[in-house]
Parts: sequence; structure tokens; C-alpha cells
Amino acid sequence: MRRTAAVAVGAATALLIAGCGGGGPQGASDSKLTDGKIVLGVLNDQSGVYLELSGRNSVKAVEMAIADFRAKYGDKAITQDISVESADHQNKPDVANSRAAEMYQRRAVDIILDVPTSSAALRVADVAKAEKKLYFNITGATTDLTGKACNRYTFHYAYDTYMLANGTGRTVTEQGAKNWYIVYPDYAFGQDMEKSFSAAVQEAGGAIVDKDATPFPNDDFSTFLLKAPTLDPKPDVLGTMQAGADLVNLVKQYNEFKLRDKGVGLSVGLMFLTDIHSLTPDALAGTTYTDAWYWNFDDKNREFADRFLKETGTRPTFAHAANYSAALQYLEAVQAAGTDDADAVVEELEGKTVEDIFLRNGKIRAEDHRVIHDAYLAEVKPAAEVGEPWDYVKILKTIPAEQAFRAPSDECKL
Amino acid sequence: MTGFLLHTFNGLVSGAFYALLALGLAVIFGMLRVVNFAHGAFYMLGAFGAYVLLTEAGVPFWAALVIVPVGLGLLGMVLERLFIHRLSRLDPLYNFLLTFGVTLILQDLVKLKYGVQSSPYATPAELSGSINLGLFDFPTYRVFVLGFAILLCAGVWWLLGHTRIGMVVRASTERPELTGALGINVGRWVTPVFGFGIALAALAGVLAAPMRAVNPLMGVDLIIVVFAVVVIGGLGSIFGSVAAGFGVGLVQSWGEAYLSDWPVLAQTLVFIVMAAVLLWRPAGLFGREEAPA
Repeated sequence: MRRTAAVAVGAATALLIAGCGGGGPQGASDSKLTDGKIVLGVLNDQSGVYLELSGRNSVKAVEMAIADFRAKYGDKAITQDISVESADHQNKPDVANSRAAEMYQRRAVDIILDVPTSSAALRVADVAKAEKKLYFNITGATTDLTGKACNRYTFHYAYDTYMLANGTGRTVTEQGAKNWYIVYPDYAFGQDMEKSFSAAVQEAGGAIVDKDATPFPNDDFSTFLLKAPTLDPKPDVLGTMQAGADLVNLVKQYNEFKLRDKGVGLSVGLMFLTDIHSLTPDALAGTTYTDAWYWNFDDKNREFADRFLKETGTRPTFAHAANYSAALQYLEAVQAAGTDDADAVVEELEGKTVEDIFLRNGKIRAEDHRVIHDAYLAEVKPAAEVGEPWDYVKILKTIPAEQAFRAPSDECKL
Repeated sequence: MTGFLLHTFNGLVSGAFYALLALGLAVIFGMLRVVNFAHGAFYMLGAFGAYVLLTEAGVPFWAALVIVPVGLGLLGMVLERLFIHRLSRLDPLYNFLLTFGVTLILQDLVKLKYGVQSSPYATPAELSGSINLGLFDFPTYRVFVLGFAILLCAGVWWLLGHTRIGMVVRASTERPELTGALGINVGRWVTPVFGFGIALAALAGVLAAPMRAVNPLMGVDLIIVVFAVVVIGGLGSIFGSVAAGFGVGLVQSWGEAYLSDWPVLAQTLVFIVMAAVLLWRPAGLFGREEAPA
């Protein structure tokens, strides 16, 4: 008896909600939107290892983009009904897969943003393809997103393993560090990074003295650090492809064994501002890496970073800025296309040149949907040179967009 | 040859952490018959304790080395009194699940407050240099960790072998009913022993803070190896856990140094050793087969 009553109440509530909210498009009646509204979905790690570098603050960044879009177009905006949905994919491919499908199908999401962890990023690309809905990947590193796994609805923002290896491996080698010892975590990302780095170093005339796969995760790298200075020839630089806590462990122990004093420099494959923050700049002083964006690069970036600081209490990583940019460029494309129909928006995006706080000399390549832009070779400053909180690096060199990313791959057939 | 000695010495340093953690597990298992899954979480809390004391109250490493183990040891005693004690008459699986749950709760509480990004903790200035050990230079802090751990293990060994408390603990470990029948209140010693085991884990955590990443997940992966150590040494064997701790440190270090062309083998070596030991001596190297009751 009680169960019947509960079901009845549930059904009535559902009807009520449907009657109030779901009754056709709101806002301008001449809107060409498929469902009267635009929903952006941020799918990322909201509880695990990538929480700080992107996570919930990327949702804030997307909200900032919506506010800016509204401020720019006011009444002329294609719709006033723009909102953000977010979900935690726990860096697990299967969770990412079902959350993405749920976002597109049941939460009326028009575009999915972010998605760290390459394996999860690739699964979401499959969902976007099947659902024929847009997907801007930002924090996934694999070049497969614009290679063999590319598709009409997937775009890749910010960075990838090629860009990191090419930026750091090539430039550091050209600057005179010819001999490399590479250590990499023994899983897909690390193996990819090792291959890309080895290729970039050798192309630039350098040599890989030795390379070692390390356990993942790992809290003690001392064996590899003891080995580094004894190699023949002695490596000029230790290239680490570790990320997150592994990177912190490695850098702490690199300093403990005083490898810099022994003539072995340090280059990091992938590093976020939050990594430098947790290691402290002194632990990393002199370390070079490739950055997709830096908050204190110029006044434009700084202005965004100040707003972001007010919203979140912290400075943005490149992932936050890229989420902002991706959301903004999507909304601009919808506005220009006059519809949120995915195919029309893709047409609008392809081949477009873009300039915003994140994308400098930006271009959305039609061939493989790689979004290219200037990248930066950065060096961590010693604490004594850090003028204000979070201002941890100096930019050594701007890598022009065309050189920063690989040429469109033959593997990609859109 | 110098290279070999270097890797051997370095292996002993990693082994020191395994030994301290395994020793705590062994003492707890011996007395309570509880496999304390929360051991890794207390190791993590030890490192965070040092970090919080330093950043919030300016308490230096040396003081943290005393305060944190004592504080967390007391917390462990509360945990034993409130929860573990109540489940001790049931299947051991219940306490296994309980301590596993405690691990998840502790981890997430720390995650909530400090996030997952590692928190910085510098090596104490007195120990930040290198020291010449005759054939090679080695980071002073690592030498200190090794020396400290050896002294501590020796101290526990002496405590158990030469004091009345140690005698009671050993007797309760081997034959709890018989010890009780001889008029010794075994129950009185259960809580302090649990607290002591936890304090050892916390101490290992404080020692780890300057040389490892301090984050909520730092105990999770380590504890898997520590369980392998305990199995190799013999569950509940005090000497076995310490010997196996240092032994596993050596095996890992040699494996990484000399099997680097076969990374998969190097990474699984500890578990291969564990499987081999189990086949050869199911009770572990220094463990004794459970005597029929």
C-alpha cells in the first residue's frame, strides 16, 4: 500500500516538473537552438590526482566565459539560457564513457569540455562521435585524439605529448644539453612521452644515453638517481616524464642526491603550476619545461588571472585558462552560426583563426581538429626571484604555433 | 663494486621504512590477531602531522618526530577501544573490513582539507647536505633515517626481550589463554600495544615527509609492499618483519639497478619473492605454523 502511494507521489512530482520546466523552449521564440538552451558540460577529475590542476575550478572558468559572452552580446546573444553541468569521471575510462553518454542524452549537454587522462579522453571521443555532439578535449595528452582516434566532433585544445616533447626536448638539446637520461612511468602516458621525447632529442642532434621505465606509482626513485651520474657519457640532463605525486617524489629526491651539483640538469615532461606550488620553486629552480600558457606572461593574461583569483582564491593553471577559452570559442561559434546544431558549429569552427587570452596566433585546424597556438618554454625561478605568490616561472622563449604542434597526421581521416 | 655498495646501502634506507611499518603490523597482529589495514593511513597521517605542525605552529622536524607518533598513538588507542575491541571476538575479517573503512575515511578527510596535490616539507637544515661514507657520498638525511630506524628496531627488540612488559607481550602473543590463566591481565595490554604499533607507522610517516611526496594517497601503494614484507617475514614474527623489511628494500634496489632492461621483472620482483617464500615456507621465513589449539 505504502509503495503504491510513493509511486503515485513520484509520478505526480515528475508530471509537475515536466509541466513547469520541460514545456518547450524558453526565451526568444525565434531562436534556432535545437532545445532553446545551451548547456556546457565539464567532465573531469573532481576528487583525485588532477583535482587541483583542473577540477572544479575549470567549471568556474567556464562560468567566467559565459559571463563574458553575455556581457559582450547582451540582448543580441543567441540565447540567455546558458548553463554549466559538471561530473566527476574519476579518471576511469568506463566512468568517463557513461558520464559522457548521460551528459549528452539526459542532461541536454551540447558540448563536453576538459576530460583529463588519455584513456578516458579517447572513450569520450567515441561517445561524441556516436552522439554527433561536440567535444573539446583540454587536459588529455594523447596525440591519438588528432591521430587515429580523430573524428568530426572532437577538437583537441591546449597541449599534447608531441607539443611537450618538441618544446622541451628539442629546445633544451639545441641549447647544448646533448646527452639525455630519460626516466618514465611504465604506463601509456609515460611510454608515449618517452617515445616523443627520444625522437625530439635525436632530431635535434642529441643522444639518449639511457632510459628506464620506473614503477607506477612509485615513491622512491633513488636507484635511478644514483645511476644517473655514473652513466657513460654522463648525461647533461635528466628528463623525467613522471606526473603528479611521482614527479614530486622524483624532484625531492633529485635534490636530495644533489644531481644538479653533479652536473645533471633536470627537464620535466609535463608540469602544471600546481606542481611547482606543491614542490616550492626552490626545489625546481632552473628546471625547464613547456607550458601552454602562463598567467603572468602579459597584462591580458594577468587581468584574467586576477579575476580568476577573485573567483577561486588561486591562480589559474593553463588547463583553467584553456577551459575558459574553449567555452568562449564554442559560444562565439554558436553565435556566428546562429544555431547550436553540432554540424553547423563544426563548419563554423574548422579553419578559423582565433585570438583570445589563451589562444595566441590560434588556429583551429580543419585537417585534424588540432587547435594550435603559441607555446612557451619556461624555467622555474628560485624562490628569491619570486616576486609574488604563484609567480614561479620565467618564459625563456615563445614557440610559434606552427612549430609548437605536429603537422596533421596521415592517420586522421575526418 | 662501489656501485653495488651504493645500491645496497640505498636499499637498506628504503628497507628502513618497510621495517618500521612491518614491525608495527607484526606487533599488532601478534597481540590482537588483527591485520591492520589502516596502517598505511596512519603512515600518511604521520607525514601530514609533521607538515601541519610545521606550517600551522612552526614546530620543527625534531619535535614532530616525538609529538606526532605520541599523538597518533593515542588516537590509535581510542580507535582500538571504540571499535576494534568490539569486533575482536568475531571473524578477523570484520576488523579487516573495519580498518579498511577507517583508511578510506582518513584519506578522504585529509583530501577534503588539503587536496590531493602534495604538500611541501623541507629536509631539516642540519641534515640537508651529503656525508662521506668512505667509498661514496650519500645524502645525510638518508643516513640519518637508516641509523634511526636501526636504533629503533633494536630498541623494540630489547624492550620485548629484556623487560617485564616485553615478556607479557610475548607471552600474550604466543598463548593468550594460558597467559591469562596464569593471572596476567592480557586485555590491559591490548590497547597500548595497538597504540604502539600505530605510533611506529606515524614515525615512519614523519621520517618520510622530507624525502617523499606528502599527499593523502602516499600510504596506499606503500602498504601493499608492506603486506608482502609481513608475509615474507612471517605474520606476527617481530624479528621476521624487520629482517624481511630490510631484505625487501635490498631486493627492490638491486632489482631496479641490475634488471633495468626488464622493468616488468624489476617491478614485480618483491611479489615473485613473496610467492616463492609462500611455496617454500607457507608461514613465512621466520613465522611458525599455527599450533593446533
